[in-house]
Amino acid sequence: MIALTIPIDDKAIRDLHLGDSVSLSGVLITGRDTVHKWMIETFIRQTREPQGDDQQVYDIIQPILDGGAIYHCGPVVAGLDTADYRFVAAGPTTSIREEPYQAGVMHHFNLKAVIGKGGMGETTLAACREVPGVYLHAIGGAASLIAQSVRRVHGVHKLDFGVPEAIWVIEIQDFPAVVTMDAHGSSLHADVSAHSKMVLDELIGAD
Amino acid sequence: MRDLSDAFVELIRLASTDLSPDVEKALIAAREREAEGSAARGAMDSILDNVALARENSTPICQDTGTPIFYVRHPRGWSTRTLREQIRAATARATAHAYLRPNAVDAISGVNSGTNLGDEAFPTIHFEEVEDEELTVDLILKGGGCENVGVQYSLPNTALGAGRDLEGVRKVALDAVNNAQGKGCSPGILGIAVGGDRGSSYAASKEVLLRKMDEPNPIEELNQLEERLTSEANQLGIGPMGFGGETTVLGVKLRGMHRLPASYFVSVSYMCWAYRRRRMVVHGDEVIYE
Repeated sequence: MIALTIPIDDKAIRDLHLGDSVSLSGVLITGRDTVHKWMIETFIRQTREPQGDDQQVYDIIQPILDGGAIYHCGPVVAGLDTADYRFVAAGPTTSIREEPYQAGVMHHFNLKAVIGKGGMGETTLAACREVPGVYLHAIGGAASLIAQSVRRVHGVHKLDFGVPEAIWVIEIQDFPAVVTMDAHGSSLHADVSAHSKMVLDELIGAD
Repeated sequence: MRDLSDAFVELIRLASTDLSPDVEKALIAAREREAEGSAARGAMDSILDNVALARENSTPICQDTGTPIFYVRHPRGWSTRTLREQIRAATARATAHAYLRPNAVDAISGVNSGTNLGDEAFPTIHFEEVEDEELTVDLILKGGGCENVGVQYSLPNTALGAGRDLEGVRKVALDAVNNAQGKGCSPGILGIAVGGDRGSSYAASKEVLLRKMDEPNPIEELNQLEERLTSEANQLGIGPMGFGGETTVLGVKLRGMHRLPASYFVSVSYMCWAYRRRRMVVHGDEVIYE
């Protein structure tokens, strides 16, 4: 088990390889479909003007993301009525939906770790090499277990996106994950998928 | 008619937080098949630790508590309108208790209702009048990750060499598993309907998931195909979470339907390992949960 603390430096990232188990600690944000689209459109491609508290939220999350991590997660949160927030279930969501946005977000913010499940594609893999960064695979569905690594909820932004889609600023300790895409151009997902396709072709007798 | 809202809240709590024993048994067997020290074994360990923790703390097994799908079989004389109101009230209450994540998003406005109450299909409630004296309600919680890898094939499929027969069904089902990789939270369970129209076929591919893990298909030909598909899907080596490993699917549930002469649909509903389904039976004053 390799301990990683946010902010993560380039050397620590380059020392990671496929299959390494890591234990991550520090402050990060959750962000999924709506957040990635919002970041790209408002601040990266700038196809829409910042509105409402957009700029304020950007100024708060920018230093957290610099050298930091984003977690593809739409949590179940208790204490919504009192704003005394507590994560009760917080497993990863499927990351591939962020493939059109992730590389842009990684470059823009100097994002070192993307945490999710199911892996991502070639554009994100290239960004992992360039930034450099890694993709960390959390255990899908293990939501009560992972919620125990969330020690504190610092706050929430963009709650109007809905609870699952909001930006939750959380402090994690010993968050368990596996490196499945590294900064050296390797992807466990590409390897497993190539192998399964070969077996499939044999099983169905394809050419 | 009596108010069953409290009983429905308990049904939702159980479905979300307390995995059925037959599913847990299959997960334990899957863990034993993975090599010590492998990422797949580590994933299965975490999955089983999580199942125990969720049960102990009454917290959701998975944060994506999905679309709640209710199957209500009621005796003559019950008001389905009242049952619907009670189920919807219980769904909102279970959301406030954090047994469910607020999941109902208006597709046009993008607004999350915050209560899990959307249009008449959210939550989904199927009603059927039966001869029994008991009211039976099954609930499945099916998350978005696995729902997104579900697929419907129209046979023949030239690219896969799949014709309009069970051999064709086998080929497309394996293709579906290969395309899903780990994205549906493997090891999964496949619900497969053969026939029907596009709508009825997809609906049946979910309903077939009500069968217990170890309950064989009563039709021998389909039972053999279920076993073969399970074995062949596992040969793909995708493994838990797509990390590579021995168990990619825990089981397959198949059913045939009637179809139009022109159509031959094969619908595959992929259910994640967090196969959350629970049953409640109301007999007189008694409510029993299975």
